[in-house]
Amino acid sequence: MTTNLSMLAWLPFYPLISFFILILLGKRLSWFMASVVSVGAVSLSAISAFWLVQQLAISDQQVITVQLWQWFSLGNSQVNFTLYLDGLSAVMISVVTGVGALIHLYAAGYMKTDENFSRFMAYMNLFIVAMLLLVLGDNLVLLYLGWEGVGLCSFLLIGFWYQDKNNALAARKAFIVTRIGDTAMAIALFMLFNSLGEFNINHLTELAAVKWQVGDQQVFWIALLLLGGAVGKSAQLPLQTWLPDAMAGPTPVSALIHAATMVTAGVYLIARMHGLFLLAPEVMTYVAWIGALTLLLAGFAALAQTDIKRVLAYSTMSQIGYMMLALGAGAWSEGIFHLMTHAFFKALLFLTAGSVILALHHQQNIFKMGGLVKKLPIETTLFAIGLICLIALPGTSGFYSKEAIIASLWTSPTAGPIFWWCAILGALLTSVYSCRLFFLTFLGNSRASSGTHIDNKTDPKIEVNTDFSAIMRWPLYLLAVLALLGGLFSTMLDQQLAIIFANTSLDTTVAEEFEPHWLHIVAIATPFIGIVFSWFYFADYRQTSGINHDAAFAEKNSRLTSFCLHGLGFDWLYQKLFINPYCFIAKLNRKDIFDQIIMTSRWYVDLWRSALIANQNGSLRWYAASLGIAVIFLLGVALL
Amino acid sequence: MISLPLEHIFILACILFMIGFVGVIARKNTLFILMSLEVMLNAVGIAFIGAGSVWEQADGQVMFILILTLAAAEVALGLALLIRLQRRFQSLDIDKLNRLRG
Repeated sequence: MTTNLSMLAWLPFYPLISFFILILLGKRLSWFMASVVSVGAVSLSAISAFWLVQQLAISDQQVITVQLWQWFSLGNSQVNFTLYLDGLSAVMISVVTGVGALIHLYAAGYMKTDENFSRFMAYMNLFIVAMLLLVLGDNLVLLYLGWEGVGLCSFLLIGFWYQDKNNALAARKAFIVTRIGDTAMAIALFMLFNSLGEFNINHLTELAAVKWQVGDQQVFWIALLLLGGAVGKSAQLPLQTWLPDAMAGPTPVSALIHAATMVTAGVYLIARMHGLFLLAPEVMTYVAWIGALTLLLAGFAALAQTDIKRVLAYSTMSQIGYMMLALGAGAWSEGIFHLMTHAFFKALLFLTAGSVILALHHQQNIFKMGGLVKKLPIETTLFAIGLICLIALPGTSGFYSKEAIIASLWTSPTAGPIFWWCAILGALLTSVYSCRLFFLTFLGNSRASSGTHIDNKTDPKIEVNTDFSAIMRWPLYLLAVLALLGGLFSTMLDQQLAIIFANTSLDTTVAEEFEPHWLHIVAIATPFIGIVFSWFYFADYRQTSGINHDAAFAEKNSRLTSFCLHGLGFDWLYQKLFINPYCFIAKLNRKDIFDQIIMTSRWYVDLWRSALIANQNGSLRWYAASLGIAVIFLLGVALL
Repeated sequence: MISLPLEHIFILACILFMIGFVGVIARKNTLFILMSLEVMLNAVGIAFIGAGSVWEQADGQVMFILILTLAAAEVALGLALLIRLQRRFQSLDIDKLNRLRG
């Protein structure tokens, strides 16, 4: 019993200690030592997490709580530094530490030659700490600490190669856009505390159920603002624009933060606060709408991308859209299950993409890849495994979770048939863009020199680097196994989550609708339709006989594709709607009253400065004269 | 012995002091600046002596001897420095000797 407690208490602190070691010693550590410290710390957390999950599963105890210390007190309520482990946070810590440890191991290989290696690993460790605090916090303040912590680490890691201006801009954009959501969430926290006087999540849920009726105005606004926070962090409509740009960071960062863990924090938040959302059914419908629209939007955008990581980024967005859809429909455990399986296969996809990018010497444009199946057979297989999980072919983990979500939509009182159709269309899009990505990257001819004929005439085939160390291979194998077999966790997960989400099923008296028998058949068949469609539609991409590739790929310049390529014009819209007016007002307001005050004082300082400079002219006679003038002046003052 | 009024002595001392001070400011040659300084010191000496004689106290003469000693020491040092300056820079122009920019 006490081992459980100390295990839980130490869980977030291994990576924290490692972070301090790496930051303080910095470049004095060798690559080997830095890797051992950082990967070891996260692995320790992972082992503790698995042990705790095991304990939670075999014992009849449903919750493990450990209070570390009292943080501060607000009025009558105390905010404690308390870690709280139940089924939901158990799923999250296993994903965060398990997938996190594998990605750390891979990152140690991927970033080996970077000169700031230990700084990179330190940030990664700090991210794990913040993420663990986010999912283990028993009150909203601790959750918010972790929430901001992961935002900070995301900023630091996107801009890790800050020497390039674009990376720094992408980091800034990610930080500012998520800040909008964070502000909404902070306001929600204030409103909650104002009306309930409590931050502890369990107490909050109980108090809210007593104080508010279903559909009260106040709880509606609180839930809406919480949704705002989740939307910002999880890159959903309308705050989704930061995620594709966030791909500027190193690939392990994209895998860890922008696919597996941080972006799912919004999903976790809504699942954790489901007690409040149940009191506001309208907001749950909004959640479902946001999820549905985002998954369609991201699916269309992914169809036109040319950068392998941006395809995966839009795909992440669309999969999180599925999770949101599930949450909006009240299918809590299905959403969390998809969160877990998505973490497996999307981390696999990103890491394999990282290997491909490394093999091609940092080439990310899929139109300059092609034909890699012969050169990188292992990576091709791993990527294909990731993609079939993403497409949700029967038997894979993605199938279990995605079909569970789709199945729960039709009859849900807060969702309905229209959402079901959105999800099916999204699944179709998913399989089409996945096939396009696979064909372009791995099949067909090598287009490594296309577009740069003149430069590479002497060297038509750029050498493909296939020399990967074991630490960059094994995490991929493990993730592939998890991605394929992740569906087996579903029974265990359902058992655990059922306890948390017990008695939270929505009022189904309203909508016990007719559920057609063809629903499941359509849902299962959709991915295959997508594959068959793309097999013929993208025939150019996969065939090796193409002679003039430039002609075949000229269609990518059409207006519609360009529209999709730029994320359906949201960046443009925000530029016109918010950024330009803001800059205009800022420009107009450049000489306001405060500015005037400050500039006047600047002018005085400047005046005195030039007066004093003129005095210090090095002429003895001038000094003597000023001495005399000063004496006369002082005498005059004294006499008067 | 005709006793001079104190005001006259002070006026004389002030005039001498001002002449010396203007000399210090207006002259470029370091030698003349040194001489003007002597004039200023002597103006102070006159003020002391005059005040001592009017109030029939010996303190004024004591102070004058002190000032005289100081002036002698100062002139000895100053002239020595002037000779070094002349040797080194072939000039005694104070405006040209400002290389320290102090």
